[in-house]
Amino acid sequence: MENYYQKEIETADREQILAWQNERLVRQVRRVWDHVPYYRAKMEEKGVAPEDIQSVEDLHKLPFLTKDDLREAYPYGLLASPLKDCVRIQSTSGTTGRRVVAFYTQHDIDLWEDCCARAIVAAGGTDEDVCHVCYGYGLFTGGPGLNGGSHKVGCLTLPLSSGNTERQLQFMVDLGATILCCTPSYAAYLAESIHERGLRDQIKLKAGIFGAEAWSEQMRQDIQNKLGIKAYDIYGLTETSGPGVSFECSEQTGMHINEDHFIAEIIDPDTGEVLPEGSKGELVFTAITKEAFPLLRYRTRDICVLSRKKCSCGRTHVKMSKPMGRSDDMLIVKGVNVFPSQIETVLLEQGYPANYQIIVDRIKNSDTIEVMVEMTPENFSDNLGKITEMEKALVSALKAMLGIYAKVRLVAPKSITRSEGKAVRVIDKRKI
Amino acid sequence: MTIPQISVFLENKAGQLADITAILSENQVNMRAISIAETADYGVLRLIVDDAPKASSILLEHGFILTMTPVVGVAVSDAPGGLSGVLGVVSRAGIDVEYMYSVFGQKDGRACMIFRVADTDVLTALLKENGIDLITGEDLGIH
Repeated sequence: MENYYQKEIETADREQILAWQNERLVRQVRRVWDHVPYYRAKMEEKGVAPEDIQSVEDLHKLPFLTKDDLREAYPYGLLASPLKDCVRIQSTSGTTGRRVVAFYTQHDIDLWEDCCARAIVAAGGTDEDVCHVCYGYGLFTGGPGLNGGSHKVGCLTLPLSSGNTERQLQFMVDLGATILCCTPSYAAYLAESIHERGLRDQIKLKAGIFGAEAWSEQMRQDIQNKLGIKAYDIYGLTETSGPGVSFECSEQTGMHINEDHFIAEIIDPDTGEVLPEGSKGELVFTAITKEAFPLLRYRTRDICVLSRKKCSCGRTHVKMSKPMGRSDDMLIVKGVNVFPSQIETVLLEQGYPANYQIIVDRIKNSDTIEVMVEMTPENFSDNLGKITEMEKALVSALKAMLGIYAKVRLVAPKSITRSEGKAVRVIDKRKI
Repeated sequence: MTIPQISVFLENKAGQLADITAILSENQVNMRAISIAETADYGVLRLIVDDAPKASSILLEHGFILTMTPVVGVAVSDAPGGLSGVLGVVSRAGIDVEYMYSVFGQKDGRACMIFRVADTDVLTALLKENGIDLITGEDLGIH
């Protein structure tokens, strides 16, 4: 028996969804044209006017937005509502050079929480449930999003936020949490801790909603077996609101995109051409109901496939596969966006050569990042203390830039592997 | 009055030290003293050799990172309290010894310690005033 949070929307037929999309897109383009000079200039540059957009068919005429645009327009350049109507921001964690700040009106928060509520109900949540949220609260969208969704469903919400595993387990056991929301790596860690402490018989979890980072089918099986739950994927990005842009249903074969709020396209990342249905390419979103921060044709850089195959859950909204990779060099480590260029900036500032290698790994289901840097004659000293001090300064500068701890490893000159004269910057050893 | 010391950056991986000693041996460079300071990931190898300019240019050719530092050789009586006496003098004068290590073998029944300090002139003057013998490069067969 499948449950829905907004049945008439989630199971609407294709024509109805298209009708919503057409109407909302036309209105949104006009709003953006009127209120966002930054995007209007991009449209003018491309020779597109609001009248040219009559339906979803015309979407491809609009210019793309990228993370670079967000940086250029930072902080208020893409805002489409007056400040008096905005009530909240959320932001990507710790990425100084490329920080994304997204704005919300009360209406935006309302719709975002609806999206998260759909995900919770799809995972079997009802107002009888106790929903344990250990995504971070604060700037990160994970905690606030699922927290709001949980309220909407009427679950008893445990706003634990991240960290402090002992406390997490105590609340989980004492209050009988039934739904767990966190990153998949933290879920795996909690599963391990529950196993070690022999608490398996004392927990009442039945489902988990895990997102904000890539995870494999193997990891899903592992978490499901260890906790005796069903583990659901959820997808989203700060730029488009946060988690809940798409979510898994009981079929667990992809995530339904909330098409009444977002139009999804798959493009060729090199040419920008829209690809036919079923092709693998870069996912692009157009937010058609957002007020404060309505991004049109935002390039997510996530590579995936869309499918309109009929779903056994009864939902009619298009499904996206788990992201299979990135069309840029961004890494997601511990749920945080990391660009090699940020690391390079820090190295140069600290007097190291731009000759480095980033090694990302997943050890015991937790991401690790290590930066290998070649020693230089200028940085070398016969005094070991001076070298370790420099190393510590580099570690703190990286932490300040990335928002997460990165281990630094000083290596001998010319020991970083080069292929065809070009250094291999990133080695991702994670098996996802 | 100082002795030239070569410090080499060592990545903590198998064979690094063996590589360096092999290179020096092939080039007929003889080591007089050796000391290693290390962390889990890397270390600093300090060497006193009979021909420092030659050794350093050979190691540089092989791509090692190194630095040359003047250090002070001090004769220490090979008996209980020998080193303690010297360090007492140095410490009372407020001189900070960054690190020290010993040279292989003895000379006239005395051990030789290598001292690394910020100002070698101050240290050598102090030791002379206190009647403590210095060990020169010549004493160690360094040319």
